[in-house]
Amino acid sequence: MSINLTLLTVMGALYACGIYLILERSLTRVLLGLMLLANATNLLILATGGYAGLAPLYNKDTAAQEYSDPLPQALILTSIVISFAVTAFMLGIIYRTWVLARQDEIQDDVEDLRVAETPRFDAEDDAPIPAETSEFPLTMLGSDGGAVSDHPPTAERPEASGGFVTVGAKEIPAADAAAEEQPGSQNVTPGPEGGVK
Amino acid sequence: MNIASFAPLAVVLPILGAALAFLLIRHSRAQRAVSIGVLSLTLVLECLLLGSVWDGGTAAVNIGGWLPPWGITMVVDQFSSLMLVVSSAISLAVLVYATGQGMADGDHDAPVSIFHPTYLILVAGVSNAFLSGDLFNLYVGFEILLTASYVLMTLGGTGPRIRAGVTYVVVSVVSSVLFLISIAMVYGATGTVNMADLAIKLADLDGGTRTLLHVMLLVAFGIKAAVFPLSFWLPDSYPTAPAPVTAVFAGLLTKIGVYAMVRTETLLFPGDSLNTPLMVAALLTMVVGILGALAQSDIKRLLSFTLVSHIGYMVFGLAMSSVAGLGAAVFYVAHHITIQTSLFMVTGLIERRGGSSSVDRLAGLATLSPMLALLFFIPAMNMAGIPPFSGFLGKVGLIQAGIELGTPLAYALVIGGVVTSLLTLLAVARVWNRAFWRKPSDAEHPDPVLLAAPEDSDTGSRAGRKNVTLLPRTMVGSTLGLVALGVSLTVFAGPLFTVSDQAAHEMLDRSAYIQAVLGEDTQVPSMALKDGGGK
Repeated sequence: MSINLTLLTVMGALYACGIYLILERSLTRVLLGLMLLANATNLLILATGGYAGLAPLYNKDTAAQEYSDPLPQALILTSIVISFAVTAFMLGIIYRTWVLARQDEIQDDVEDLRVAETPRFDAEDDAPIPAETSEFPLTMLGSDGGAVSDHPPTAERPEASGGFVTVGAKEIPAADAAAEEQPGSQNVTPGPEGGVK
Repeated sequence: MNIASFAPLAVVLPILGAALAFLLIRHSRAQRAVSIGVLSLTLVLECLLLGSVWDGGTAAVNIGGWLPPWGITMVVDQFSSLMLVVSSAISLAVLVYATGQGMADGDHDAPVSIFHPTYLILVAGVSNAFLSGDLFNLYVGFEILLTASYVLMTLGGTGPRIRAGVTYVVVSVVSSVLFLISIAMVYGATGTVNMADLAIKLADLDGGTRTLLHVMLLVAFGIKAAVFPLSFWLPDSYPTAPAPVTAVFAGLLTKIGVYAMVRTETLLFPGDSLNTPLMVAALLTMVVGILGALAQSDIKRLLSFTLVSHIGYMVFGLAMSSVAGLGAAVFYVAHHITIQTSLFMVTGLIERRGGSSSVDRLAGLATLSPMLALLFFIPAMNMAGIPPFSGFLGKVGLIQAGIELGTPLAYALVIGGVVTSLLTLLAVARVWNRAFWRKPSDAEHPDPVLLAAPEDSDTGSRAGRKNVTLLPRTMVGSTLGLVALGVSLTVFAGPLFTVSDQAAHEMLDRSAYIQAVLGEDTQVPSMALKDGGGK
């Protein structure tokens, strides 16, 4: 098989530029990169057909050795048509992106970012065991200590009825102030995706 | 006249149907009738094809009378016809589902009426890829179905779909270019693209060239099949598409990649030395995929990750290149197409009923709609591999084959397979617990409609939403049909496993395929290649 060196060099350059371009974030450049890749591949297929010969099947007297190989050319025609259709579709998508978002860039996946940014703390799985709320409380302690017992909570905090604590310039009920210091208390609401607001 | 000579109709019928459906673009009733009719006809034809090769045997059809290795050949054997029947069955179910959705919502928007012709072209591409007997026709089949899938993926042209569509289109085009480069190199090295001819001629190449061609083809197909680390694009792009489209993509498109990988491994490069890398890839695909699934709160994304994960099982079976392993892989492909599609269809229904596909918002669906709970529960347990479902049988087949093989890597894969199966169970059980079992008031972001729903749902099926039938009969019916098909894979697992094993045997033997295409007196090179390093 003989190979045309010029075609081969052009093919290499097209591949290099195409790969560089599809790594860009701008959609138009990605499209240009894909077109270059497709054309480089067409040249590659042409190169597999060997040296350029006479037109096949045109003249009955031509010996088989003097033909060009017709099959790669048929393959190239097919692949040109396909890349034409894909290019047209990509142009449509790029236009639509422009209409919708006024930018020519590949955008991040919102849901992907959300999962990536989710802290390890999961509101449901990792929260301290919540206080027992059933009518038949167990006498074991919950993880936040003391909240699970047979006694009503007020009995543990005698100052709850009327005591106030000064926080900065503001007075808040002592019961709330105490609750705020406890981990897993109701005042610290977990954020929607875990973590703490 | 053999029934197998009608095989090209499996491609031609959907294309003609697409043309007719396109002409009827203003008459949505006629369009629906045409597309469902054509697809049913195709399914019947493919069942006949499967029946004709059920007991073994391979038939080849030369298109236009051009003899192989020059002309286009279509090959019907057990594997391809089994894939054809399963794929057409789920395509039909999804089409009915989509039609039900269209009728319930009223599809007067212009972009949606393009759905039916595009869908039929997708089916034609899928059939062409399954039947194709030469590499370039396989490429054309891929392109037909991919181009149709680009359109379906971005249907309606909303912002998220365009964003996801860009990733999908670019990745698919790059993989197609890689495939085309491999074809060019294969042609340059051997002078043929006919697969049966290649099976003979590739054996004469020296080891290095052959490995290069092998790797390039596997990478090109690996992107399409979403094998780790080439699976990054899938969970990003599938979930945003319309529910029926996601369902059919999840079922079919990756499996065509797997199909092409199976053909590459068994027919073109048998006994070659890439089984170890494939096994490692299979293990990573399984484990990384399912770990990704556990991090998701959106059901569609979760299912996309399990889809990636379960591709690992099929690659595992393929990489063992034993009759038991390959047979189990064939069975697993048939099982997984059905199950994954039905799960995505159910998710579409969940989204309709509950107003969201995020498990943070969903709750109490089991009391709201017991039917929906049943439809989700059966395929979910089936996918997780709970006995006696077909997922369990497929996994047992793979594990048995792995233990039979007995290498340390095979044992690692067996363990990985079991762990993945358990983690799949965890993933779907979390969806079940949150979306179906807990009280609506326990949800992280309770949906006011779901909170109010128990009272409203007694009176009608609208539950606070205007102008939307929440669970149209056609959609539920088609989903039910597919779930039943999944269950029937369990019931008829015996005969199906026999056929898969036979198919695996024929694929590994290769002589039936090659002689069907090139003639009875073709010499088939033995599997042990000179420097192949096979087991």
